[in-house]
Amino acid sequence: MIPNLIKRKIFTLLKVQYSNMLEYRVEIALWAISGIIPFFMLNIWTNNDLNASINMSDIMLSRYFLCAFFVRQFSVVWVVFSFEEDSLMGKVSPYLIQPLNPFFRYFAQHLAEQITRFPFALIIACFFFIFNPESIWIPNLSILFLSIISTFLSFLIQFLIQSIVACICFWTEKASSIERLLFIPTLFLSGLLAPVVSFPEYVKSWIYLTPFPYLIDFPANLLSGNATNISGGFSMQILWILLLFPAFKKIWSKGTKKYTAMGS
Amino acid sequence: MNLRRYLKVYKKFLHTSLASEFEYKANILIDFITAILSLIGSIFLLSIFFQNNSSIGGWDFEEALIIQGIYTILNGITNTWFNPNLTEIVKHIREGTLDFVLLKPIDSQFFISLKKITPSGFLEIILGFCLLLYCIKINQININLSFLILCFITIICSISILYSLWFFISTTTIWFVKTWNATEVLRSFLYIGRFPLNSFSLSLRIFFSVFIPLAFITSIPSEVFLGLSQLWKILLEVFVSIVFLYSSRKFWLFALKFYSSASS
Repeated sequence: MIPNLIKRKIFTLLKVQYSNMLEYRVEIALWAISGIIPFFMLNIWTNNDLNASINMSDIMLSRYFLCAFFVRQFSVVWVVFSFEEDSLMGKVSPYLIQPLNPFFRYFAQHLAEQITRFPFALIIACFFFIFNPESIWIPNLSILFLSIISTFLSFLIQFLIQSIVACICFWTEKASSIERLLFIPTLFLSGLLAPVVSFPEYVKSWIYLTPFPYLIDFPANLLSGNATNISGGFSMQILWILLLFPAFKKIWSKGTKKYTAMGS
Repeated sequence: MNLRRYLKVYKKFLHTSLASEFEYKANILIDFITAILSLIGSIFLLSIFFQNNSSIGGWDFEEALIIQGIYTILNGITNTWFNPNLTEIVKHIREGTLDFVLLKPIDSQFFISLKKITPSGFLEIILGFCLLLYCIKINQININLSFLILCFITIICSISILYSLWFFISTTTIWFVKTWNATEVLRSFLYIGRFPLNSFSLSLRIFFSVFIPLAFITSIPSEVFLGLSQLWKILLEVFVSIVFLYSSRKFWLFALKFYSSASS
């Protein structure tokens, strides 16, 4: 009975958000296009033979950057910006009365957006293969499955981090600047612009302890078939989720007590 | 007389937007840290590229830093003026508040382009200048009057090209109401401006000279800075920037004819 109710809730949320997202197709397509930076980076790498020093062939590197593009597409999180707007406008108040944590709503929103985005990402990948036919490959089913899971875990880590940041809205009203600050290390250290193996030693010695390489570098390496420590990567991803989830729960329960219902 | 009136109006704009920005002082501080980290990140990425290569696309590390400096200045200008104002156009059109702008006895383009200001971009401009000063030292560039004048002219030209691009994209929302993400696409393309254009493959180089004139935005000013640029390139840049400014103005006036107010 109870699981059934939860299932219905999840299903309804997803359906509502998916139809909502379908209305903004052009926007989501543009957003997908704005994620093509990894391809420009690939162009710099291969055009200058920079990959010779990290023992990665052109083909493997192009697969890496294509996978980085995909992982990034399906782990984009913007919950801070939605929550900040809702809390500044006082829209959070009705959500708080409902017997459902408002973050489930945002979570469904993100999942629905990913489903809408999927065809656009595939089209971009097709274009990529037209220009680089030699890099076509078919990952085997188990690898594909594992990398989908690790991409989802990466999305979960980013969602939790941003939700924690979003809860800071309860105290300071504007939290998106903190998110922009956190985005800088995510951009440069996650492997979106350069694979983590190419980083200098003094960075590599500590970077694997931070969550950043597990956001893009690990799932992308997994999917593209580059060497990576699979069990180590998964355990670090899960470890970070286990660390972040209680932190989020704590800050949420403290924040809702602080809530002042602005704008209403 | 007219000019004096506009100056007076601009002073009022400055006053109101600075007052509202300084309401969130912690935000400004965090944005400052973000700007510093972002510059460090870009230099880190550049250092990865130069780890085992002495030059990419014919540019040494010390010379590539110049591009980085110019990019940082332009990015600061974008964050201070273009981004806050021109993303506002979308909001004006969606909510129909553009009516109020058009009714005012002042040029609508002036109002829309300069209404707001985000002070956190200033630090980026300053950081960019500091980096350029450092580059003058390490590249042993000797400064004389003609060098300064040429630099000044090319930077002004690239600012006007950049502005026109932003304004172009934002103007298209008059037809496609919901494309807020169009500016994000432009942003991601402009991101490439921090690397030497010669390090890309020929097809991308052509793309970035013709469709998104990055060649004119960061490359030519950097070449002028190094004293490498020929006169025809500078003249071409001046010509292109005038064309861009003129056509963006015409495009705005043309687009306004199609403006059908919303929700009023």
